Amino acid sequence: MAKILMKGNEAIGEAAVRAGGLHYFAYPITPQSEVGEYLVKRLPEVGGVFVQAESEVAVGNMLFGAAASGKRVFTTSSSPGISLMQEAISYIAGAHLPAVFINIVRGGPGLGGILPAQSDYFQATKGGGHGDYRLLVLAPSTVQEAVDLVMLAFDLAHKYLNPVMVLGDGMIGQMMEAVEFPESIKETDDPMTMDWPATGCEGRDPRIIKSLYLDPQALEKNSFALADKYKKMKEEEVRYELYKVKDDCQVLLISYGTMARICQTVIDEMEEEGVSVGLLRPITLFPFPENEIREQAWKENIRAVLSVEMSTGQMVEDVDKAVQGRKPVEFYGRTGGIVPSPEEVKDYILKILGKK
Amino acid sequence: MSQYEVTFAGFGGQGIMTAGQLLAYTGMNAGKQVAWIPSYGPEMRGGTAYCTVVVSDERIGSPIINRPQGICVFNRPSLDKFGPRVKPGGLLIINSSLVDATSDRDDIQVLEIPANDIAQKAGSGKATNMVVLGAFVGATGIVEFDKLKETLTEKMGRKKDLLQINYKALDEGYELGRKAKEEKVKG
Repeated sequence: MAKILMKGNEAIGEAAVRAGGLHYFAYPITPQSEVGEYLVKRLPEVGGVFVQAESEVAVGNMLFGAAASGKRVFTTSSSPGISLMQEAISYIAGAHLPAVFINIVRGGPGLGGILPAQSDYFQATKGGGHGDYRLLVLAPSTVQEAVDLVMLAFDLAHKYLNPVMVLGDGMIGQMMEAVEFPESIKETDDPMTMDWPATGCEGRDPRIIKSLYLDPQALEKNSFALADKYKKMKEEEVRYELYKVKDDCQVLLISYGTMARICQTVIDEMEEEGVSVGLLRPITLFPFPENEIREQAWKENIRAVLSVEMSTGQMVEDVDKAVQGRKPVEFYGRTGGIVPSPEEVKDYILKILGKK
Repeated sequence: MSQYEVTFAGFGGQGIMTAGQLLAYTGMNAGKQVAWIPSYGPEMRGGTAYCTVVVSDERIGSPIINRPQGICVFNRPSLDKFGPRVKPGGLLIINSSLVDATSDRDDIQVLEIPANDIAQKAGSGKATNMVVLGAFVGATGIVEFDKLKETLTEKMGRKKDLLQINYKALDEGYELGRKAKEEKVKG
């Protein structure tokens, strides 16, 4: 298929459709309302359904119910809306159900603002809801990658029977870039052939989908079953990209999403000025590319590791953990909807190197 | 050219976003990497609007461009806000039909075009954005002019009467831009 120019939010909607995500529940919120605007027209064309709920709390619980059917279900929202869904996310994880949550992050806390931010990293990767659960978290840095990761999110949600979050930001949602989609809508597995969904129990024993276990032995067993899935994710799903990580790099940047693109510009400009800096861009935030960061950070030529974020410092805690104190871990971030400019990141790097 | 960035800025309703999108589409059709970034935030009807387009031969890094090489301002507030931000050696196009001031910078090329008047003569004041876009492409050569017209046809093919007006507006703007480029080369 030829490339088309599309706004991130609309491309995300189309990507979900191509992945066979035909069951969409949502409540509008800036900066991702265009996803709903797009899908309200698009889904009926392909036999899908969009239910605009009365609130994000309802969205979460509608997803819980729909996910139990074995169909590919998803929602899109932004920070305050995702906060309202946390209870349902915990239940969905506890009940081993697949669902895709797309968070086009805006500044917080509280109602915050509507401009891009990365201040929901903790919520996404450490669990905003209660209990021993994790989300698999994917962070796109271009509109094309948003498309690819949304499609991947559905596959992973069904592979692990666990909620998957795509963590974008307002910039990814609002920006237009050239994108390519697969030719046709993915043929998804028929729930009747699966061994877990609620498909009507004619001719078989009923299946019980729940997160309530009053027997502590049973609840512990369920939590360890979840833990086993997260261990497998750590073994099989770590994704990241290296940009200009070379033998003479003095500083290793760790940055994801929109922020990583700004770091790319920083690296290109500093290269021209004779300062070698590289980037490791996590694509999965959980599982986090911990071993890969350690491997790069421990190289002799690296003087410092710098986590650059649109937050007051969240991912840096994971970077710190990865580096294990062997190299200085620095942080630079802006937040509240302010996206750091390449110049200020550059200045900070020069400061670390004692050149400013 | 490895990368070129241009900002279009004016009032909501002047076709700022459309002009930027048309340039981005054209760049994409010409096989370039493109990004179109709107101003988004708490805006009001009739308020300011701007968008930035990046056209590149390589993967595009930062979508936030503080100092673009080109800026096209459609109204006075945009001149005041964006005029100082043009990268040295860059281009500033001013819609002189609505802007009664100019830039005193001598490190950039300044091109004043009565875009509303030209568009009116071409058949509709609504084509002001096409006059400016034509002038921008004429003065910079970022994309081929024929490719721009092809893309316009692709996007507006069904509205035949409007298409003719837009062609005319693009042509008139392009000529002014091209002449300015030639004069600049001659020095």
